[in-house]
Amino acid sequence: MTTTHHPTPALEVRGLARSFGENRVLDGVDLTVRRGSVHALLGSNGAGKTTLVRILATLLQPDAGTALVEGFDVVERPVAVRRTISLTGQFAAVDEILTGRENLELVARLRRERDARGVATAMLERFDLVDAADRAASTYSGGMRRRLDIAMSLIGDPAVLFLDEPTTGLDPQARQEVWRTVQQLAADGTTVLLTTQYLEEAERLADRISILHGGRIIVEGSLADLRALLPPAQVEYIERQPSLEDVFLAVVGGRTALTSQESR
Amino acid sequence: MTGPTTGLATTAFLPPAGDGVDSIGLAESVHGVRVLLGRSLRHVTRSPDTIVTTALMPVAMLLLFVYVFGSAIQAGADTGAYVDYLLPGILLITVVSGISYTAFRLFLDVQRGIVERTWTFPVPRSAILWAHVLTSLVANAISLVLVVGVALLMGFRSGAGPLEWLAVVGLLALFTLALTWLAVIPGLTASTPDGASGFAYPLLLLPFLSSAFVPTDTMPGPVAAFAEHQPVTSLADAIRGLLAGTPVGDQAWTALAWCSGLLVVALVLALRVYRRRLG
Repeated sequence: MTTTHHPTPALEVRGLARSFGENRVLDGVDLTVRRGSVHALLGSNGAGKTTLVRILATLLQPDAGTALVEGFDVVERPVAVRRTISLTGQFAAVDEILTGRENLELVARLRRERDARGVATAMLERFDLVDAADRAASTYSGGMRRRLDIAMSLIGDPAVLFLDEPTTGLDPQARQEVWRTVQQLAADGTTVLLTTQYLEEAERLADRISILHGGRIIVEGSLADLRALLPPAQVEYIERQPSLEDVFLAVVGGRTALTSQESR
Repeated sequence: MTGPTTGLATTAFLPPAGDGVDSIGLAESVHGVRVLLGRSLRHVTRSPDTIVTTALMPVAMLLLFVYVFGSAIQAGADTGAYVDYLLPGILLITVVSGISYTAFRLFLDVQRGIVERTWTFPVPRSAILWAHVLTSLVANAISLVLVVGVALLMGFRSGAGPLEWLAVVGLLALFTLALTWLAVIPGLTASTPDGASGFAYPLLLLPFLSSAFVPTDTMPGPVAAFAEHQPVTSLADAIRGLLAGTPVGDQAWTALAWCSGLLVVALVLALRVYRRRLG
């Protein structure tokens, strides 16, 4: 992927809606993600982040609205979308019986890479898994498993990578590992849509942040934009920047408890 | 049977737009199934538990019935060694215990998100399902060969020619295929591993209530009536007749009809369940 700006956004979502029975999970989502950016989709548990990602990854049909991935409509051209994207789901979908190398080779073959073994070796090096390459994935730590999972997702150079809550359930050290990985991806120019309920994660990794609440994107912008949304303090006794958490709670009405990780 | 590109693979998508980006070609489909088949076969060889149960359990039953119960069981007077009488039933038991692992393996792939992950690759959405079905055929074939090998060591002899053997292989393959598609349903829908593999237990009883171990005319009325009208009896009788090189008559056709009927019903139900999971 190149990092040059391109007129077609990586993701363009308009009026996307999806219900499960009576529950209107997505209620007219609009979202644009620039190519080569890391875009965080922030929302509490059950806000519909996973539903949105699943629609974008062609795993779920929307009830209404359109979603374009690299210009391909997810409903009308799902195969083209699948050739463009990669999804790392909420739970690391690695094959525990296979070794790390075999997992990577499996994906390389499914993506029709000519040199599956070479691709796997390169990924093992890039993700610091060389020593564990020939061990069954079931013996991996949470962080290693996630790294393997992300490495599998990157085979075939997908233009767009969906990371659905990549650090949920990981210990702080493993979380740091994954963050470093995502920062590296951003530097390489891959478009990343990252869902998270951790505000710190969004602050740390994302160029742009969208807050999904009540089935819609209620705020979208850079961290600075989001900070600027808060009214310039009434009377502040302590000089401090509003954290993203302050912004989040202010825009969603303050009643949603988000899991904020220990502040840095 | 339909190929891997038909069924789910094509119905899930709109017609291709023509530049190859929008469709998954036959070569690509076959390639996807082949890669995923290699993967699940590797699971079979790496999980000794599945090999032990699918191959050794029927072998143990063969030994038990021939050497412990055999002398007490009066099989038909026209059969020579009891092992000749018993083998067809043991082969069917081998398949029944084998397919519960198909359900189990599929269940794990669903639970761990592997099935869904394959849906985001440019392979047919049914590729993973076909890989599991073909794995079941291969794994069961290996178990069946092992069981026949042991039976040969125990004195099993067959007067069957190549055509009869081919018919036996065909019947067993069809039986395996039908039960495999049946096993796909609990594999996709179960909420626990035990639920996924447990569906086979009632099926394991069927050979006991059939002509597999003893002729049905020794059974009490209602049991005999059930035994004479269930698929395992016609299959066991047909396979026994073919192996003995004696005329099998209608039993082979009845067995064929049972297996084909079961296959069609199981396939339709399994694909419907699978499609529902596609969101």
